[in-house]
Amino acid sequence: MKTENMINVDILIVGAGPAGLAAAISAKENGIDNMIVLEREDNAGGILRQCIHNGFGLHRFKEELTGPEYAQRDIDKAKEMGIDVRTGVTVLNVTEDKVVTAISREWGLQVFKAKAVVLAMGCRERPRGALAIPGTRCAGIYSAGTAQKFVNLEGFMPGRKCVILGSGDIGLIMARRMTLQGAKVLACVELMPYSSGQNRNIVQCLQDYNIPLYLSHTVVDIQGKERVTGVTVAKVDENRKPIPGSEIQFDCDTLLLSVGLLPENELTIGAGVEMSNVTSGAIVDDCLQTSIPGIFACGNVLHVHDLVDHVSNESFKAGKAAADFVKGIVHTGREVPVKDGAGVRGCVPQTIKLEKGAEHAPVSVMFRSDRVYQNHFIVVKADGKAIFAQKKMICTPGEMADISLKAEALAACEDAAEIVVSIEAEKPAM
Amino acid sequence: MKVKICCRWQVFGLKCTERVCYNKFVCKNTRFVRLRTAAVLERDEIMYDAIIIGAGVIGCAVAQQLAKYSGKIAVIDRMEDVADGASKANSGIVHAGFDAHPGTEKARLNVKGSKMYGKLAKELGVPYGQPGALVLGFSEEDRPTIEKLLAQAVANDVEGCRIIEREEILKMEPNTNPEVVCALYAPTSGLVSPYEMTCALADSAAENGAEFILDNPVLEVKPTMDGNWLVITERDEYKTRAVVNCAGMGSGVIHNMISTRKVKMIARRGEYYLLDHMAEIPFTMTMFQCPTKMGKGVLVSPTTHGNTLLGPTADDIDNGYDVATTRKALDTVLEKVKLTWKNVNLRPVITTFSGIRAHEENGDFIIGEVEGAPAGAFEAVGVESPGLSAAPAIGQELGDQVAAFLKAELKTDWVKPTPVPKSFRNMTDEERQAAYEKDPEYGVLVCRCEQVTEAEIRAAIRRPVGARSIDAVKRRTRAGMGRCQGGFCSPRVLEILCEELGVSPLEITKCGGASKLLVGTLTQIAKEARPDEN
Repeated sequence: MKTENMINVDILIVGAGPAGLAAAISAKENGIDNMIVLEREDNAGGILRQCIHNGFGLHRFKEELTGPEYAQRDIDKAKEMGIDVRTGVTVLNVTEDKVVTAISREWGLQVFKAKAVVLAMGCRERPRGALAIPGTRCAGIYSAGTAQKFVNLEGFMPGRKCVILGSGDIGLIMARRMTLQGAKVLACVELMPYSSGQNRNIVQCLQDYNIPLYLSHTVVDIQGKERVTGVTVAKVDENRKPIPGSEIQFDCDTLLLSVGLLPENELTIGAGVEMSNVTSGAIVDDCLQTSIPGIFACGNVLHVHDLVDHVSNESFKAGKAAADFVKGIVHTGREVPVKDGAGVRGCVPQTIKLEKGAEHAPVSVMFRSDRVYQNHFIVVKADGKAIFAQKKMICTPGEMADISLKAEALAACEDAAEIVVSIEAEKPAM
Repeated sequence: MKVKICCRWQVFGLKCTERVCYNKFVCKNTRFVRLRTAAVLERDEIMYDAIIIGAGVIGCAVAQQLAKYSGKIAVIDRMEDVADGASKANSGIVHAGFDAHPGTEKARLNVKGSKMYGKLAKELGVPYGQPGALVLGFSEEDRPTIEKLLAQAVANDVEGCRIIEREEILKMEPNTNPEVVCALYAPTSGLVSPYEMTCALADSAAENGAEFILDNPVLEVKPTMDGNWLVITERDEYKTRAVVNCAGMGSGVIHNMISTRKVKMIARRGEYYLLDHMAEIPFTMTMFQCPTKMGKGVLVSPTTHGNTLLGPTADDIDNGYDVATTRKALDTVLEKVKLTWKNVNLRPVITTFSGIRAHEENGDFIIGEVEGAPAGAFEAVGVESPGLSAAPAIGQELGDQVAAFLKAELKTDWVKPTPVPKSFRNMTDEERQAAYEKDPEYGVLVCRCEQVTEAEIRAAIRRPVGARSIDAVKRRTRAGMGRCQGGFCSPRVLEILCEELGVSPLEITKCGGASKLLVGTLTQIAKEARPDEN
């Protein structure tokens, strides 16, 4: 493309959802002025715009906000700080050299050259097709987020009688939302023996409305020629295979799917960033920097979070790190890999840069457990030697675990070849 | 002559407008005496030269050819869009022609059709490629079959086929199961996007005057006293000099209505997995398995858009329109695919689907004038695989035959097909900027997975045979065909459809008929649920 029209910026942020906005605010606070945030939707705020229920911001603002309220605080702050947030701009490509190509109705094709890029594209829902659920492919099958958009942003109901497959948070929230709006929610069906949603949502969205939750069940058939007329649900065995004879038939016109979120990493992969098979996000160090120096990732594009508060928190760090990178403050420590041990999946960051004196402590490590554990210990070992242990009443895959490694713990791994996080029944000797 | 009018005419008298009368829900169960009225008489005077039943790839190919001649033609289909049957759900392979037995119509038309593809696809602007194909043999027992296929290839005049051995196979396609022994290599095997092909053929026919009467199932076809034909549909009826039966799965029923020589159709369902194009393509060629006594095997093939297709199964079913998928068949696909692709990776699966092949008992295509019927009836019956490959040849031959019967002359003002513009996704940056400068809506991306712009979606709705539903937009633009399967773009596509068609979102369907996406406004549904509240 015409390079003479290339716009030079210090930091370019892809996405103006909660992650992108927080990264921008933090970068600005750390002295970066020449910065642009590109958002493909017509409004900033990301998925929060359609999350009109409350419960956001308890950690960050110490009060209960709705999604749009939470987003508005960041939008207002960004505006107040003079951050350039452009909406209706789709980023098409990010290169290793941080040349970013975007297109919009306003500019046409526009190329940017950035000193640092923060990737904050968020995630998307896993569709019916990805699960290969047998049956017809008629109208009335929606991912929960699409249904949420129709109801909360467009003012239309996608169905009258529905079954929800998957007990992810969006599915649970939509069970309540559809019920309040006059639809009948017949059941929420979960493949696993536990819900992947937060406990408070199971209580407030299902139990309060007498919506049955079928654990260890799945949808084995979808009927209907033009519109869904029914779904068949069956119990599954320990290998998650349907048990013949356990089928339950539901007559409904809608099937909502809340069967997992996937980080949306097309641009990340296109840039040549090293990816994790476990999180489906980039591999990052404790500054949220990817394998390409100057490209950072944060929020749901890095790994799917449960709470927006955590997204913002992580993105503040990414924004500061990007600002430091632009200012030439380089973290030079030795890189030590952080690995998933027993019971642990998807540690982020995947590496920690250990510096003398460990200035950037505390380092937080986030991950999910591979199943439900009660009264277990989260243990961190450096080359087999325990440097951290924390007792948890409950560890469930539905709630991301978060530990904070203080300077003292980090100092203990200074010579270590690897750090392993695991979930163990016994407290190790420290 | 008796003409069918809505039975309710007598019940409702003048209150019954024509529109209500032809409402299919009212008329469907009619068994009353049919009366003739002035209004209907007037409309009846419209006489078509040819009516093509079925808007699949065959019907549209015939229409495109016939529209080169003078005369009034129409294409009628039961679905709300063209390509809405077998033409939208198949392997998308343009077979080289080694599979059909020499001497059959299948063999002749396959080879002839596949040779026409390159030029035709270019004219229409339809994705087409010729990556070649391998038929894999996994033991020495398979070798005679592979040799037989080669002999057929030679007999059918298929160019360039040869038998290759393990080492060469693995060099060509390193992901092949190393237990492979030998293979037939067919360099002329091609790929086409079958629904885009059909849509483009339909557009070309429509641009040259063919009418498309969709969402209107044909109920009856019969000869009239004056030597013409009457085609009775759910909403209307049409008089025509010639009728062309290209009704795919329904072609047997229509054939048997008009011919004394009966045919028997068997609905054979094939189920598929489709993998995302973000995943690494495992094979660059179409990988067939050598047919054995255990069955025909399944294929692994790239598509014209870089996805990977796994399948199909072959199960005979009772209901020829039942395109549901089943766990059993999908598991069968997976199991059989492992023979070709040992470490099959299902992580990038984005959807599964099934299509129905219209198999005629005797196994060959039945193309031409209908035997055992009065003059003016033509047909393409039993067009299963390699029907897509043969479509250009069938369209040309059958179209010319009908034109000869009608004694129609080639039009002097025939308009060449307008090629479908290159999609935004396949454009270079310079082309994207140029497209934007012509139409700023190229700057707005609606489908992020497949990079489809608002300009392309609007264009799909404005095409001669334009999209009217979410699926119709999808087939023409790929919006919704990616990883999120329309999760993000379908609300916006729905809005654009409303803007373009001037209808309420409550009217928009996924695929016509009762497949509406939304059931009501929030207020409506809340009131239904709690009628006593304000």
